[in-house]
Amino acid sequence: MTEAKAKIARQFVEAIPHARALGMRIDDIGEGRCLLSMDYDLRFVGDPATGVIHGGAVFALLDTACGAAVMLHPAAPAGTATLDLRVDYMRPATPGQRILAEAVCYNMTRTVAFIRANARDEDAGRPVATATGAFTIESARGPERAARR
Amino acid sequence: MKRPRPEPVQVVKQRRDGALRALVSGVPYIQYLGISFDRRGDELTAVLPYRDDLIGNPLLPALHGGATAAFLETTAIIELAWSLLWEEMEEGALDPTTVLPTHLPRLPKTIDFTVDYLRSGLPRDAYARARINRSGRRYASVHVEAWQDNRARLFAQATGHFLMPERDA
Repeated sequence: MTEAKAKIARQFVEAIPHARALGMRIDDIGEGRCLLSMDYDLRFVGDPATGVIHGGAVFALLDTACGAAVMLHPAAPAGTATLDLRVDYMRPATPGQRILAEAVCYNMTRTVAFIRANARDEDAGRPVATATGAFTIESARGPERAARR
Repeated sequence: MKRPRPEPVQVVKQRRDGALRALVSGVPYIQYLGISFDRRGDELTAVLPYRDDLIGNPLLPALHGGATAAFLETTAIIELAWSLLWEEMEEGALDPTTVLPTHLPRLPKTIDFTVDYLRSGLPRDAYARARINRSGRRYASVHVEAWQDNRARLFAQATGHFLMPERDA
């Protein structure tokens, strides 16, 4: 992985206010691939009885990892947005443990990127969640799509 | 036959609003995102007040897909928990004063959640309502719609399946 790619990924994640707010960090990148992680945080608890992180926080981590994986695809899109994302929650994440999300952009057309992702905690053998989705591809030519709502 | 006098309206409202407040205030992530719930009878509308750190694309700017998803998933879970709570409360089976943030009813667990992003979320407040399409003893299927300025122009919708908490027989 080139230093330039690593810079793209870092800038992509660091420029996202919500990713910063949740404390997301890039652990590893590859071609069309991104590994992000997020610390356990009491503010993100969804079930006060068990201390388990809210599914929405895991969803946000997965969504960000997926977007970053699209940006890291060799086709080098200028931007991307989520079209749809489905998350399957396999088991509650263990309270106190860091959550890692790995996303792979396994296919890309001129207009759509297809991704798969999974989330895990320290027990890497048992996934916490898996995700599958489609993302838009913004061409470098310009903001015409973004401007049109 | 004489019907019993209905309860004073403020007593009913206080009971229902108190139960809802306890349910919502007990979940840290709901508090972190700043989500609140408006109630009209048993109908809930979730409100996500805009905040700069909810942004996912600073260039547009647009709300983060993850923040939108968390908002919708929260709306679905609270709707389900509220429907259980409402039923018990109206039957008189539950004393709402026992619904405290420290003693919440068990919440439904998400099995899967699918979000459709229909247009980018603007840097403004967002609203959402959930509809329970099927609620069985163990599983429930819920649809959620979210909008901003215009109720008819959804910016996201979602559907999810949930595992219902075990009920005391």
